[in-house]
Amino acid sequence: MTTRDIVLIALFAALTAVMAVFPPVTLPLLPVPITAQSLGIMLAGGILGAKRGALSIILLLVLVAIGLPLLSGGRGGLSVFFGPTAGFLAGWVAAAFTIGWMTEKFWDGLSFVSATLICVAGGIVVMYALGIPGISLMADVPLSKAFMGSVTFIPGDIVKALIAAAVMVTVKKSYPIIGQAA
Amino acid sequence: MLSDLYIPGASALHRMRPAWKLALLFLYCTALFVVSHSLMLGLGLLLIALGYGIAGLRPRHAFDAVRPALYVLVIIFAAQLWLEDLAMAAFVTLRLIALLMAAALVTYTTKASEFTDGILALLSRAPKWLPKDKIALAISLVWRFIPMIRDQFEEVREAQRARGIERSLLALVAPLVVRVLKSADEIAEAIEARSLD
Repeated sequence: MTTRDIVLIALFAALTAVMAVFPPVTLPLLPVPITAQSLGIMLAGGILGAKRGALSIILLLVLVAIGLPLLSGGRGGLSVFFGPTAGFLAGWVAAAFTIGWMTEKFWDGLSFVSATLICVAGGIVVMYALGIPGISLMADVPLSKAFMGSVTFIPGDIVKALIAAAVMVTVKKSYPIIGQAA
Repeated sequence: MLSDLYIPGASALHRMRPAWKLALLFLYCTALFVVSHSLMLGLGLLLIALGYGIAGLRPRHAFDAVRPALYVLVIIFAAQLWLEDLAMAAFVTLRLIALLMAAALVTYTTKASEFTDGILALLSRAPKWLPKDKIALAISLVWRFIPMIRDQFEEVREAQRARGIERSLLALVAPLVVRVLKSADEIAEAIEARSLD
Protein backbone atom coordinates (compact mmCIF):
# COMPACT_ATOMS: atom_id res chain seq x y z
CA MET A 1 0.00 0.00 0.00
CA THR A 2 1.46 3.31 -1.11
CA THR A 3 0.84 6.70 0.49
CA ARG A 4 -1.42 7.47 -2.47
CA ASP A 5 -3.55 4.40 -1.66
CA ILE A 6 -3.93 5.58 1.94
CA VAL A 7 -4.90 9.06 0.73
CA LEU A 8 -7.50 7.61 -1.67
CA ILE A 9 -8.97 5.40 1.06
CA ALA A 10 -9.25 8.36 3.43
CA LEU A 11 -10.69 10.61 0.69
CA PHE A 12 -13.50 8.17 -0.14
CA ALA A 13 -14.29 7.61 3.51
CA ALA A 14 -14.66 11.38 3.82
CA LEU A 15 -16.60 11.66 0.55
CA THR A 16 -19.11 9.05 1.70
CA ALA A 17 -19.45 10.91 5.00
CA VAL A 18 -20.10 14.22 3.19
CA MET A 19 -22.76 12.52 1.04
CA ALA A 20 -24.83 12.16 4.20
CA VAL A 21 -25.63 15.88 3.95
CA PHE A 22 -26.52 15.89 0.25
CA PRO A 23 -30.07 17.17 -0.24
CA PRO A 24 -32.28 14.05 -0.19
CA VAL A 25 -34.20 13.37 -3.38
CA THR A 26 -37.86 12.39 -3.16
CA LEU A 27 -39.45 10.39 -5.94
CA PRO A 28 -43.19 10.41 -6.58
CA LEU A 29 -45.03 7.38 -5.09
CA LEU A 30 -42.13 6.56 -2.74
CA PRO A 31 -42.58 6.96 1.02
CA VAL A 32 -38.86 7.12 1.76
CA PRO A 33 -36.48 9.84 0.54
CA ILE A 34 -33.35 8.77 -1.30
CA THR A 35 -30.17 9.68 0.54
CA ALA A 36 -26.93 9.87 -1.36
CA GLN A 37 -24.85 7.97 1.17
CA SER A 38 -25.17 4.51 -0.35
CA LEU A 39 -24.07 6.11 -3.60
CA GLY A 40 -20.74 6.68 -1.83
CA ILE A 41 -20.51 2.95 -1.08
CA MET A 42 -21.01 2.05 -4.74
CA LEU A 43 -18.47 4.66 -5.85
CA ALA A 44 -15.84 3.56 -3.32
CA GLY A 45 -15.89 0.06 -4.82
CA GLY A 46 -16.45 1.10 -8.42
CA ILE A 47 -13.69 3.71 -8.47
CA LEU A 48 -11.07 2.44 -6.01
CA GLY A 49 -11.53 -1.31 -6.55
CA ALA A 50 -12.23 -4.11 -4.08
CA LYS A 51 -9.50 -3.72 -1.46
CA ARG A 52 -9.21 0.05 -1.22
CA GLY A 53 -12.99 0.47 -1.59
CA ALA A 54 -13.81 -1.89 1.27
CA LEU A 55 -11.07 -0.37 3.47
CA SER A 56 -12.43 3.14 2.95
CA ILE A 57 -15.90 2.04 4.11
CA ILE A 58 -14.38 0.26 7.13
CA LEU A 59 -12.51 3.47 7.94
CA LEU A 60 -15.76 5.45 7.75
CA LEU A 61 -17.46 2.98 10.09
CA VAL A 62 -14.57 3.25 12.59
CA LEU A 63 -15.09 7.01 12.74
CA VAL A 64 -18.85 6.52 13.14
CA ALA A 65 -18.21 4.03 15.95
CA ILE A 66 -16.03 6.45 17.91
CA GLY A 67 -18.88 8.96 17.95
CA LEU A 68 -18.89 11.12 14.85
CA PRO A 69 -22.38 11.74 13.40
CA LEU A 70 -21.39 10.92 9.83
CA LEU A 71 -24.33 8.80 8.69
CA SER A 72 -27.36 10.27 6.92
CA GLY A 73 -29.70 12.11 9.25
CA GLY A 74 -26.79 12.92 11.55
CA ARG A 75 -26.69 9.42 12.99
CA GLY A 76 -23.51 8.12 14.54
CA GLY A 77 -21.96 6.60 17.59
CA LEU A 78 -22.12 3.02 18.74
CA SER A 79 -25.92 2.80 18.72
CA VAL A 80 -26.08 2.44 14.93
CA PHE A 81 -24.19 -0.85 15.32
CA PHE A 82 -26.72 -2.11 17.85
CA GLY A 83 -29.86 -1.00 16.06
CA PRO A 84 -32.16 -3.00 13.81
CA THR A 85 -30.36 -1.88 10.65
CA ALA A 86 -26.86 -2.88 11.81
CA GLY A 87 -26.76 -5.65 9.18
CA PHE A 88 -26.78 -3.02 6.45
CA LEU A 89 -23.55 -1.52 7.78
CA ALA A 90 -21.83 -4.90 7.36
CA GLY A 91 -23.55 -4.97 3.97
CA TRP A 92 -21.85 -1.67 3.06
CA VAL A 93 -18.39 -3.19 3.40
CA ALA A 94 -19.40 -6.33 1.50
CA ALA A 95 -21.08 -4.23 -1.21
CA ALA A 96 -18.04 -2.00 -1.71
CA PHE A 97 -15.82 -5.08 -1.94
CA THR A 98 -18.10 -6.94 -4.38
CA ILE A 99 -18.60 -3.92 -6.63
CA GLY A 100 -14.85 -3.28 -6.62
CA TRP A 101 -14.03 -6.88 -7.39
CA MET A 102 -16.47 -7.10 -10.29
CA THR A 103 -15.37 -3.72 -11.67
CA GLU A 104 -11.76 -4.94 -11.70
CA LYS A 105 -12.84 -8.15 -13.49
CA PHE A 106 -14.82 -6.33 -16.19
CA TRP A 107 -12.63 -3.22 -16.32
CA ASP A 108 -11.52 -3.40 -19.98
CA GLY A 109 -15.01 -3.55 -21.43
CA LEU A 110 -16.74 -1.50 -18.70
CA SER A 111 -19.81 0.24 -20.13
CA PHE A 112 -22.74 2.09 -18.59
CA VAL A 113 -24.83 -1.09 -18.78
CA SER A 114 -22.27 -3.42 -17.20
CA ALA A 115 -21.44 -0.84 -14.52
CA THR A 116 -25.15 -0.55 -13.67
CA LEU A 117 -25.46 -4.35 -13.39
CA ILE A 118 -22.39 -4.46 -11.13
CA CYS A 119 -23.83 -1.74 -8.86
CA VAL A 120 -27.18 -3.55 -8.67
CA ALA A 121 -25.50 -6.87 -7.87
CA GLY A 122 -23.25 -5.44 -5.16
CA GLY A 123 -25.18 -2.43 -3.91
CA ILE A 124 -28.59 -4.08 -3.81
CA VAL A 125 -28.29 -7.91 -3.89
CA VAL A 126 -25.26 -8.25 -1.60
CA MET A 127 -26.29 -5.32 0.63
CA TYR A 128 -29.80 -6.68 1.26
CA ALA A 129 -28.47 -10.24 1.61
CA LEU A 130 -26.75 -9.02 4.79
CA GLY A 131 -29.15 -6.25 5.83
CA ILE A 132 -32.38 -8.25 5.80
CA PRO A 133 -31.13 -11.14 8.01
CA GLY A 134 -29.84 -8.38 10.30
CA ILE A 135 -33.32 -6.88 10.72
CA SER A 136 -34.78 -10.37 11.10
CA LEU A 137 -32.29 -11.24 13.86
CA MET A 138 -32.49 -7.98 15.82
CA ALA A 139 -36.27 -7.60 15.56
CA ASP A 140 -37.20 -11.27 15.82
CA VAL A 141 -39.29 -11.18 12.63
CA PRO A 142 -39.23 -13.81 9.85
CA LEU A 143 -37.02 -13.09 6.83
CA SER A 144 -40.01 -12.62 4.54
CA LYS A 145 -41.42 -9.84 6.73
CA ALA A 146 -38.03 -8.14 7.01
CA PHE A 147 -37.82 -8.28 3.23
CA MET A 148 -41.27 -6.73 2.81
CA GLY A 149 -40.25 -3.86 5.07
CA SER A 150 -37.13 -3.15 3.01
CA VAL A 151 -38.67 -3.37 -0.45
CA THR A 152 -39.67 0.31 -0.47
CA PHE A 153 -35.99 1.30 -0.57
CA ILE A 154 -35.14 -0.73 -3.67
CA PRO A 155 -36.44 1.70 -6.36
CA GLY A 156 -34.26 4.44 -4.84
CA ASP A 157 -31.29 2.10 -4.82
CA ILE A 158 -31.80 1.39 -8.51
CA VAL A 159 -31.70 5.14 -9.21
CA LYS A 160 -28.45 5.30 -7.24
CA ALA A 161 -26.99 2.35 -9.16
CA LEU A 162 -27.68 4.24 -12.41
CA ILE A 163 -26.01 7.41 -11.10
CA ALA A 164 -23.03 5.47 -9.71
CA ALA A 165 -22.61 3.69 -13.05
CA ALA A 166 -22.63 7.00 -14.92
CA VAL A 167 -19.96 8.39 -12.59
CA MET A 168 -17.87 5.20 -12.86
CA VAL A 169 -17.86 5.40 -16.66
CA THR A 170 -17.01 9.13 -16.61
CA VAL A 171 -14.15 8.55 -14.17
CA LYS A 172 -12.84 5.61 -16.18
CA LYS A 173 -12.52 7.92 -19.18
CA SER A 174 -11.17 10.99 -17.43
CA TYR A 175 -9.34 9.85 -14.30
CA PRO A 176 -9.01 6.05 -14.04
CA ILE A 177 -7.73 4.66 -10.74
CA ILE A 178 -8.31 0.92 -11.13
CA GLY A 179 -6.56 0.20 -14.45
CA GLN A 180 -3.28 1.88 -13.42
CA ALA A 181 -0.09 0.00 -12.67
CA ALA A 182 -0.17 0.17 -8.90
CA MET B 1 -15.76 21.85 12.01
CA LEU B 2 -16.16 18.23 12.85
CA SER B 3 -17.91 17.66 16.15
CA ASP B 4 -18.68 14.41 17.92
CA LEU B 5 -21.75 13.41 19.93
CA TYR B 6 -19.94 13.76 23.28
CA ILE B 7 -21.78 15.53 26.10
CA PRO B 8 -19.37 17.06 28.62
CA GLY B 9 -19.46 15.89 32.20
CA ALA B 10 -17.32 14.67 35.08
CA SER B 11 -19.27 11.61 36.22
CA ALA B 12 -17.82 8.18 36.94
CA LEU B 13 -19.02 7.08 33.51
CA HIS B 14 -17.25 9.99 31.82
CA ARG B 15 -14.01 9.10 33.61
CA MET B 16 -14.18 5.35 32.96
CA ARG B 17 -11.70 4.05 30.37
CA PRO B 18 -13.25 3.63 26.89
CA ALA B 19 -12.18 -0.03 26.71
CA TRP B 20 -14.11 -0.81 29.92
CA LYS B 21 -17.20 0.94 28.65
CA LEU B 22 -17.06 -1.06 25.41
CA ALA B 23 -16.63 -4.32 27.34
CA LEU B 24 -19.64 -3.48 29.54
CA LEU B 25 -21.71 -2.58 26.49
CA PHE B 26 -20.99 -5.94 24.84
CA LEU B 27 -21.74 -7.76 28.08
CA TYR B 28 -25.03 -5.88 28.39
CA CYS B 29 -26.15 -6.65 24.84
CA THR B 30 -25.17 -10.31 25.06
CA ALA B 31 -27.04 -10.67 28.34
CA LEU B 32 -30.22 -9.15 26.89
CA PHE B 33 -30.16 -11.52 23.93
CA VAL B 34 -29.06 -14.69 25.76
CA VAL B 35 -31.46 -14.32 28.70
CA SER B 36 -34.53 -13.52 26.63
CA HIS B 37 -36.90 -12.86 29.51
CA SER B 38 -39.01 -9.85 30.43
CA LEU B 39 -37.50 -9.79 33.96
CA MET B 40 -34.02 -9.43 32.44
CA LEU B 41 -35.28 -6.69 30.13
CA GLY B 42 -36.83 -4.83 33.07
CA LEU B 43 -33.52 -5.04 34.91
CA GLY B 44 -31.72 -3.88 31.77
CA LEU B 45 -33.97 -0.83 31.33
CA LEU B 46 -33.52 0.03 35.03
CA LEU B 47 -29.74 -0.17 34.64
CA ILE B 48 -29.87 2.17 31.63
CA ALA B 49 -32.00 4.69 33.50
CA LEU B 50 -29.48 4.50 36.35
CA GLY B 51 -26.62 4.98 33.87
CA TYR B 52 -28.19 8.09 32.36
CA GLY B 53 -28.81 9.39 35.89
CA ILE B 54 -25.19 8.84 36.95
CA ALA B 55 -23.89 10.51 33.80
CA GLY B 56 -26.13 13.52 34.46
CA LEU B 57 -27.94 13.14 31.12
CA ARG B 58 -31.56 14.17 30.57
CA PRO B 59 -34.46 12.07 29.18
CA ARG B 60 -34.12 14.18 26.04
CA HIS B 61 -30.69 12.62 25.38
CA ALA B 62 -32.11 9.13 25.74
CA PHE B 63 -34.85 10.03 23.28
CA ASP B 64 -32.31 11.47 20.84
CA ALA B 65 -30.59 8.08 20.82
CA VAL B 66 -33.79 6.31 19.77
CA ARG B 67 -35.25 8.92 17.42
CA PRO B 68 -33.27 8.07 14.23
CA ALA B 69 -34.53 4.47 14.47
CA LEU B 70 -38.13 5.45 15.27
CA TYR B 71 -39.47 4.69 11.79
CA VAL B 72 -37.96 1.19 11.79
CA LEU B 73 -39.09 0.56 15.38
CA VAL B 74 -42.71 1.39 14.54
CA ILE B 75 -42.64 -1.05 11.61
CA ILE B 76 -41.09 -3.77 13.78
CA PHE B 77 -43.69 -3.17 16.50
CA ALA B 78 -46.51 -3.44 13.95
CA ALA B 79 -45.04 -6.57 12.38
CA GLN B 80 -44.69 -8.27 15.78
CA LEU B 81 -48.18 -7.25 16.77
CA TRP B 82 -49.50 -8.83 13.62
CA LEU B 83 -47.37 -12.00 13.84
CA GLU B 84 -47.49 -12.58 17.59
CA ASP B 85 -49.20 -10.47 20.25
CA LEU B 86 -48.88 -7.19 22.13
CA ALA B 87 -46.56 -8.65 24.80
CA MET B 88 -44.08 -9.92 22.21
CA ALA B 89 -44.23 -6.67 20.22
CA ALA B 90 -43.53 -4.62 23.34
CA PHE B 91 -40.71 -6.95 24.42
CA VAL B 92 -38.85 -6.91 21.10
CA THR B 93 -39.23 -3.16 20.62
CA LEU B 94 -38.21 -2.31 24.19
CA ARG B 95 -35.17 -4.58 23.91
CA LEU B 96 -34.03 -2.70 20.80
CA ILE B 97 -34.62 0.61 22.56
CA ALA B 98 -32.52 -0.60 25.51
CA LEU B 99 -29.67 -1.54 23.16
CA LEU B 100 -29.82 1.80 21.34
CA MET B 101 -29.80 3.76 24.59
CA ALA B 102 -26.96 1.70 26.08
CA ALA B 103 -24.77 2.20 23.03
CA ALA B 104 -25.58 5.92 22.94
CA LEU B 105 -24.65 6.20 26.63
CA VAL B 106 -21.10 5.09 25.78
CA THR B 107 -20.97 7.54 22.87
CA TYR B 108 -22.32 10.43 24.99
CA THR B 109 -19.75 9.92 27.74
CA THR B 110 -16.66 9.31 25.58
CA LYS B 111 -14.85 11.87 23.42
CA ALA B 112 -13.98 10.72 19.89
CA SER B 113 -10.40 11.74 20.67
CA GLU B 114 -10.35 9.35 23.66
CA PHE B 115 -11.33 6.51 21.33
CA THR B 116 -8.68 7.58 18.80
CA ASP B 117 -6.03 7.62 21.54
CA GLY B 118 -7.22 4.18 22.60
CA ILE B 119 -6.95 2.84 19.05
CA LEU B 120 -3.46 4.33 18.65
CA ALA B 121 -2.39 2.84 22.00
CA LEU B 122 -3.68 -0.56 20.89
CA LEU B 123 -1.88 -0.19 17.56
CA SER B 124 1.46 0.53 19.24
CA ARG B 125 1.24 -2.91 20.82
CA ALA B 126 -0.11 -4.58 17.67
CA PRO B 127 1.89 -7.30 15.86
CA LYS B 128 4.51 -6.21 13.32
CA TRP B 129 2.65 -7.33 10.18
CA LEU B 130 -0.03 -4.72 10.81
CA PRO B 131 0.78 -1.43 9.00
CA LYS B 132 0.07 0.65 12.10
CA ASP B 133 1.59 3.92 10.85
CA LYS B 134 -0.62 3.71 7.77
CA ILE B 135 -3.75 3.04 9.83
CA ALA B 136 -2.94 6.00 12.07
CA LEU B 137 -2.30 8.17 8.99
CA ALA B 138 -5.61 7.12 7.39
CA ILE B 139 -7.61 7.96 10.53
CA SER B 140 -6.01 11.38 10.93
CA LEU B 141 -6.43 12.14 7.22
CA VAL B 142 -10.22 11.59 7.27
CA TRP B 143 -10.54 14.17 10.07
CA ARG B 144 -8.86 16.66 7.77
CA PHE B 145 -10.64 15.60 4.57
CA ILE B 146 -14.26 15.85 5.71
CA PRO B 147 -14.27 19.67 6.09
CA MET B 148 -12.23 19.96 2.87
CA ILE B 149 -14.68 17.87 0.81
CA ARG B 150 -17.61 19.70 2.41
CA ASP B 151 -16.16 22.96 1.06
CA GLN B 152 -15.60 21.41 -2.36
CA PHE B 153 -19.18 20.15 -2.34
CA GLU B 154 -20.49 23.66 -1.59
CA GLU B 155 -18.44 25.04 -4.48
CA VAL B 156 -19.79 22.44 -6.89
CA ARG B 157 -23.32 23.11 -5.67
CA GLU B 158 -22.89 26.87 -6.22
CA ALA B 159 -21.62 26.26 -9.75
CA GLN B 160 -24.46 23.89 -10.61
CA ARG B 161 -27.03 26.25 -9.07
CA ALA B 162 -25.84 28.92 -11.50
CA ARG B 163 -26.60 26.41 -14.26
CA GLY B 164 -29.96 25.56 -12.70
CA ILE B 165 -29.12 21.88 -12.19
CA GLU B 166 -28.33 21.72 -8.47
CA ARG B 167 -31.17 19.24 -7.93
CA SER B 168 -29.53 16.66 -10.17
CA LEU B 169 -27.58 14.16 -8.08
CA LEU B 170 -25.39 13.21 -11.05
CA ALA B 171 -24.47 16.84 -11.74
CA LEU B 172 -23.33 17.17 -8.11
CA VAL B 173 -21.53 13.87 -7.69
CA ALA B 174 -19.56 13.52 -10.95
CA PRO B 175 -17.60 16.82 -10.69
CA LEU B 176 -17.09 16.32 -6.95
CA VAL B 177 -15.57 12.85 -7.45
CA VAL B 178 -13.20 14.08 -10.17
CA ARG B 179 -12.06 16.98 -7.96
CA VAL B 180 -11.49 14.62 -5.04
CA LEU B 181 -9.42 12.27 -7.21
CA LYS B 182 -7.33 15.16 -8.53
CA SER B 183 -6.52 16.32 -5.01
CA ALA B 184 -5.35 12.78 -4.11
CA ASP B 185 -2.16 13.08 -6.14
CA GLU B 186 -1.23 16.47 -4.69
CA ILE B 187 -1.86 15.33 -1.13
CA ALA B 188 0.09 12.10 -1.59
CA GLU B 189 3.04 14.04 -3.02
CA ALA B 190 2.91 16.51 -0.17
CA ILE B 191 2.95 13.70 2.40
CA GLU B 192 5.82 11.92 0.68
CA ALA B 193 7.78 15.18 0.39
CA ARG B 194 7.67 15.31 4.20
CA SER B 195 8.80 11.64 4.09
CA LEU B 196 6.00 10.35 6.25
CA ASP B 197 5.67 7.00 4.47
